[in-house]
Amino acid sequence: MADLTTHIGNLTLKNPVMTASGTFGFGLEFADFVNLEEIGGIIVKGTTLHKREGNPYPRLAETPMGMINAVGLQNKGVDYFVEHTYPQLKDINTQIIVNVAGHSIEDYTACAERINALEKINAIELNISCPNVKEGGMSFGTSCPMVEKVVGAVRKVYDKTLIVKLTPNVTDIAEIAKAAEHAGADSVSLINTLMGMAIDAEKRKPLISTVTGGLSGACVKPVALRMVWQVAKAVKIPVVGLGGIMNATDAIEFMLAGASAIEIGTANFIDPAITVKVAKGIDEYLERHGFKSVKEIIGALEV
Amino acid sequence: MKKYIIDFCVSSNEALGNNAILLKLKAPGQMPEMRPGQFVEVKVENEPNTFLRRPISINYVDRSKNEMWLLVQKVGNGTRKLGELKAGDTLNCVVPLGNGFDTSAVKGKKVLLVGGGVGVAPMLMLGATLKAEGTTPTFLLGARTKDMLLEQDLFEKNGQLYVTTEDGTAGEKGFVTNHSILEKENFDKIFVCGPTPMMKAVAKFAKSKNICCEVSLENKMACGLGACLCCVTETQEGHKCVCTDGPVFNINELAWQI
Ligand SMILES: Cc1cc2nc3c(=O)[nH]c(=O)nc-3n(C[C@H](O)[C@H](O)[C@H](O)COP(=O)(O)OP(=O)(O)OC[C@H]3O[C@@H](n4cnc5c(N)ncnc54)[C@H](O)[C@@H]3O)c2cc1C
Ligand SMILES: Cc1cc2nc3c(=O)[nH]c(=O)nc-3n(C[C@H](O)[C@H](O)[C@H](O)COP(=O)(O)O)c2cc1C
Ligand code: FES
Repeated sequence: MADLTTHIGNLTLKNPVMTASGTFGFGLEFADFVNLEEIGGIIVKGTTLHKREGNPYPRLAETPMGMINAVGLQNKGVDYFVEHTYPQLKDINTQIIVNVAGHSIEDYTACAERINALEKINAIELNISCPNVKEGGMSFGTSCPMVEKVVGAVRKVYDKTLIVKLTPNVTDIAEIAKAAEHAGADSVSLINTLMGMAIDAEKRKPLISTVTGGLSGACVKPVALRMVWQVAKAVKIPVVGLGGIMNATDAIEFMLAGASAIEIGTANFIDPAITVKVAKGIDEYLERHGFKSVKEIIGALEV
Repeated sequence: MKKYIIDFCVSSNEALGNNAILLKLKAPGQMPEMRPGQFVEVKVENEPNTFLRRPISINYVDRSKNEMWLLVQKVGNGTRKLGELKAGDTLNCVVPLGNGFDTSAVKGKKVLLVGGGVGVAPMLMLGATLKAEGTTPTFLLGARTKDMLLEQDLFEKNGQLYVTTEDGTAGEKGFVTNHSILEKENFDKIFVCGPTPMMKAVAKFAKSKNICCEVSLENKMACGLGACLCCVTETQEGHKCVCTDGPVFNINELAWQI
């Protein structure tokens, strides 16, 4: 067996496979199918300062090799997480990472502060794809000054590993990644969902309640891979790659493009045991190619 | 209830009515515990337009043959592909999912099981389970036309069967809510599965008579595990997942305007 250990800043992962926020619940939903302790990291559902009901149904449309969702960050709020969910997760022997979302800088910092106090949680993933309600509803993650502002503010209150999750719905993702790095991020993860749309021609109606939503799944992989490659070249901090990873080969491609770790999202819906299969598949690949450590393939693309 | 990912072996795939199939699936090992009203998420192979799994109710479990049955109506690419399965093929299922019907307080009571279209699927297992527990149910099944009434012979074995068709080709003409049995008998509990307008009509009837009523919803699903939050329905307590808090809900829990 090769050494699968990888690092994201100060955070040590026993293997590079993590779960993408919003696609793996709190992990417990999958405990019948996988040994959660064999997953490198579990990134739980996006958590906000206050409880959110999310968007109206329908929230899902299937598209060629993918899906569009409009869940709208439904969650019970950070206090509920701290009181009820965290106690169920804290003794699982893997990295549990909380995905933090907000609609104002104060929301983000207040939420991050609460999570900072949780002993067994060593990292947060900051979801900056959310609209900035106070400043016109444009996503925090789409302009460099706004990214610097929100990441800088969270950096002040959060002293463990800070991963910033980037939205792909931007003109130049490398510039955004550099802004996050400059503001103190320990790592960037990408991509969040691509903005998409689906229509029912017969009914002349949109298929989801919000008209547009987030595209994910196999179909987004080429875009995600390209962005991970661009970002890995632009920043010095470790990059976490995701978007359309369906199997071990996909995961390896992201690592070759420069990712130090990967996340599996939509694929969990199709095979609830995919995470551990990908970890095993990466190990097999390393053995087959004579690598001793997974670190040897990070950014090892020959161009 | 523990969930499993199982490669079932197709024992048979029989065409039913004009657009449905009955799949009998053999478990390779021990058949998991499952309750009436629960469902499986099937993986449709070799169908490029079907990316996600498809939720299908458990129609029946034949423990003597170690078989689980799925009754599927062919409505789109995924279900049509299931129609091509042959004996010996494998079908990967995540099973069992959802809560199932609440049969705890019906012993010796008069229960009515209403199914519309392919919504009859979970009613067979429910009826058979009730009968085995000593409560012989009444079935009221509705369809557009005679050819779309499914599994009538099996329902008859498990209780009293009444049917309606919209065109009058079998049973009483009209919708299930027009059937005379609803006025003749006094039911203590009604279980319903079928198209939403039908379920709402039955729910309205039940509410007006103060009869306890459970409905099984068919929202679009991605994970089936309570993880993605795509399948929610509006309830008295806000959004709930149809895949884990449901698919079966007491009508009083839902935010239906009836
Ligand atoms: C809990 C649950 C249990 C179910 N049990 C059964 C069952 O026992 N037998 C059975 O045949 N079907 C059942 N369904 C419905 C079944 O899942 C859908 O018919 C199937 O997903 C359609 O897939 P497709 O690829 O063939 O069609 P698609 O190509 O996805 O869609 C074709 C058409 O069917 C409609 N459709 C798709 N999904 C649904 C849905 N969930 N409800 C209503 N209309 C839909 C679409 O709007 C479209 O018009 C169940 C659904 C749920 C949520
Ligand atoms: C149903 C659903 C819910 C999601 N919820 C969140 C969320 O709460 N926070 C977040 O940062 N990303 C969320 N995402 C985005 C995923 O974490 C991931 O970035 C995206 O789906 C791309 O990866 P994939 O193609 O492997 O799914 C969600 C995705 C899906 C499909
Ligand atoms: S289908 Fe994913 S939560 Fe219900």
